[in-house]
Amino acid sequence: MTEEKNQKYQITIGIECHVQLNTKTKLFSEVDNDARGKEPNSCVSPVDYALPGMLPRLNGEAVKTAIRAGAAMRAKINPMSRFDRKHYFYPDSPKGYQITQFYHPIIGEGSIILPSGKKIRIEHAHLEGDAGKLSHFDTYSLVDLNRVDTPLLEIVSMPDISSAEEARDYCKELWRSMIYANVTNGDLYNGNMRFDVNISLKKPEDKKLGTRAEIKNLNSFRSIERAVLYEYERQSKILDSGEKVVQETRGWSDATGKTTSQRSKEEAQDYRYMPEPDLPPLNLAKDFIDAEYSKCPKLPNDYRTEFKDIIPSDTLEILLDYPELVKVLSEINVANKPIGYISNLFASVLLAEENQSLLNDQLPTSAQLTELAEMKEKKELSSTSAKEVFVKLFEPKHASKSPRELAKELNLIQENDTGALEKIVDDVLANPATKKAQEDYKAGQEKVLGFLVGQVMKESKGKANPGAVSEILKNKLK
Amino acid sequence: MKIADSSTSAVSLVESSLKRIEETKDYNIFTYVDKNRALKKAKEIDEKIKRGETVGRLAGVPFALKANFLSKGRPADASAKILTEFISPIDSTTTEKLEAEGAICVGCVNLDAFAHGSSTENSYYGPTSNAFDKTRVAGGSSGGSAVAVALGCVEFATGSDTGGSIRQPAAFNGVFGIKPTYGTISRYGVVAMASSLDVIGFFTKAAEDLDILMSITAGQDPKDQTTLPDFYGKNDTPLNKKKIGFIKEFMESSALNPEIKASLESKLNEAKENGYEIVELSMPTLEYALAAYYIIQPAEVASNLSRYDGVRYGFRSSNVKSLDDLFANTRDEGFMRENKRRIMIGNFVLSSGFYDAYFLKAAKVRTLIIDEFNKAFESVDAILSPVSPNLAFKIGEKTSDPVLMYLEDVMSVPVNLAGIPAVAFPTGKSKDGLPLGLQLLGPRRSDKNLIKLAGKLA
Repeated sequence: MTEEKNQKYQITIGIECHVQLNTKTKLFSEVDNDARGKEPNSCVSPVDYALPGMLPRLNGEAVKTAIRAGAAMRAKINPMSRFDRKHYFYPDSPKGYQITQFYHPIIGEGSIILPSGKKIRIEHAHLEGDAGKLSHFDTYSLVDLNRVDTPLLEIVSMPDISSAEEARDYCKELWRSMIYANVTNGDLYNGNMRFDVNISLKKPEDKKLGTRAEIKNLNSFRSIERAVLYEYERQSKILDSGEKVVQETRGWSDATGKTTSQRSKEEAQDYRYMPEPDLPPLNLAKDFIDAEYSKCPKLPNDYRTEFKDIIPSDTLEILLDYPELVKVLSEINVANKPIGYISNLFASVLLAEENQSLLNDQLPTSAQLTELAEMKEKKELSSTSAKEVFVKLFEPKHASKSPRELAKELNLIQENDTGALEKIVDDVLANPATKKAQEDYKAGQEKVLGFLVGQVMKESKGKANPGAVSEILKNKLK
Repeated sequence: MKIADSSTSAVSLVESSLKRIEETKDYNIFTYVDKNRALKKAKEIDEKIKRGETVGRLAGVPFALKANFLSKGRPADASAKILTEFISPIDSTTTEKLEAEGAICVGCVNLDAFAHGSSTENSYYGPTSNAFDKTRVAGGSSGGSAVAVALGCVEFATGSDTGGSIRQPAAFNGVFGIKPTYGTISRYGVVAMASSLDVIGFFTKAAEDLDILMSITAGQDPKDQTTLPDFYGKNDTPLNKKKIGFIKEFMESSALNPEIKASLESKLNEAKENGYEIVELSMPTLEYALAAYYIIQPAEVASNLSRYDGVRYGFRSSNVKSLDDLFANTRDEGFMRENKRRIMIGNFVLSSGFYDAYFLKAAKVRTLIIDEFNKAFESVDAILSPVSPNLAFKIGEKTSDPVLMYLEDVMSVPVNLAGIPAVAFPTGKSKDGLPLGLQLLGPRRSDKNLIKLAGKLA
């Protein structure tokens, strides 16, 4: 699969991604768009509920957010777009149609550049309202309309993706771009971004693409990769046996690791698209577009360039999943301070399994982090102590302290003063309990030095710099 | 309009309205009478008058709501079974504005279910009778509104006009009716029929009253993004050419009732005597207006009626074993025959493979019609036209032939397709004593001046 040339079939993948926008209110009404932790059907206006005579009113913030998303894909923003109705009956769709942009989308051609450098073209992206949620029980189903008309941006890629890894990388890079552009909360587990993956196979010599299957509603990068691998196997078996792949919608199960048929093309619905007569065309002035476009912050690729020779790329790729971390590193970097140590702290301490919960707390400021790095550099803090100060800085009660203040409070500042250290060493050597060790060392047992260093550390209550102590000891025991 | 003041109490105005409603019960005008609430509000207004407080421009004026207007705490069933038991939790913008000026809603009046029809015979509550002949139709779809005003039950009534639903019943019952420029009055809270054609308007006994109602209800509404920026009363579209046109193709139509034709000719002569130049206009595209209308309108109807699925409110079939049953049986039992016909046509013209041939083609015809009107209004101030080719017909006369019924709309729908304003006004009686009426068509945004001109011609 990874070695394309060894494959019997070439795989062609196009991906549609639904991004829930993090606007304050819904796409067509003024109720709260953030239903997290709220009662079912408590974020529903008469418009969302589709009472008779209710009319949609387009949320300007959603339009601005969409433009920012377009900027994150380096895409063209169409000065004229409009809305259409897509009809289907289902209890999750109160109006009996979804308001979408079928004929004239707001975002035109753009692209996403993968970490590998490969460019995946974006065909278009359009605004539309989300559907509600159904919960099915034995003899009944419940409808929750909180999610109805949450603004969605559907991003449609060109079929430029040609492997499972690329599919995963594309989705991940798109997810990161949307988060950096502050377009979505990006919570994949709760469906903030959902991916539909279209997959077809063809022989390398064939000009025409094969028949595709669409795997609906994937919401983790791992499931995207696994689903593509599974589909490759499934479709190639069909083609090997001389049969034809059926154009259909398939669902993925993480549990079974398989895709299963949901609906074939013949059963596909006729959505009877129609221009939305309740919303006038959306005409955007160039100044308006430019103003919003320029609000798109730095994207992952900008940071890759910025940190190219500073942070190893495998570390950086991990850090890029956390925009806050990358932003603070950039702040420090821009101020011409070193970030090597801090990026290591992030990758090795903060992102370690046991510390992940810290990510929910306020991140230390660039000033705090810079001071911490300097203290470590000057050996005022041992590497263990620096980590301890770093972790403690996340605690609300310590958050406003400088690392020096905190280190003093915790009694962690390392003793580097040779005079003071020599006195402690002398005390330790004068102690009869160390006599035997001193003799052993002089007799050539060098590893005993560690014991003596430990005694000095103990005496200094951990504040002595062990390197310095060992030098002094070596001199005195010559 | 009689307005409550220190000499006429609001209570007396409402009481006489309620009395008249009772007397005209057998015309089947009102689907809901809100007696207690109306009297309570009248008392409040009278007390305010006593205390010398301001009471609004329509203080104590009893009015009727076409039953497709939402008003808080009142049923808003659009005379459709599928919306029975639906009590509105909110006010339409128009209801709110009228009540804020002291107008008192005495009840809701009959219409063709979901405003689908030209006779009020398609109502779940049965037909409303014509004000001048109980065996004849009220016209439609706002039949209840027109008859309520004609018989003096109320001073004015609200209406909605998608293809003639205000103007034709106004003409059939000898009252004034306005179909404003598209987007003048908010559609928020009015059960949608065909969104790109629907407008809100009024029935009154005098042209000046239309002007008062328009000045109160016109204006941009953030809840309806198709409303135009405020223009009513700004007089930016003067009608000062002193030229009135008539449409040759309508005048020469063999379908046109001779008495209506004679009335049109005599009004044109009157205008001429009053110094207007009369201009014959040829508008050949209007021949395709009805066909285009009966594609665009059912398409939007089918879409707008999708929300009535039995899941959230209104009628729900009790014969339900599956989700499909819930949708299909609720809609089968809840919609009238005419509703279903329009849903079928609408879904057909929107279906994949037919969209370009029907809906898109009709949209192009619509653009041509707009152009043709624009051109006409370069040479005339307004166009005088029949509202419909016929006088009020017998109840049951056209119910078996939908195409015959649709032809009723042939002279009214071009106005909706073009989005221009039109005022229907009474011009006398036929030899059988039935009202005659005409409509005056003007350029977009000329509503105020058009009402004035119609008042002069009437």
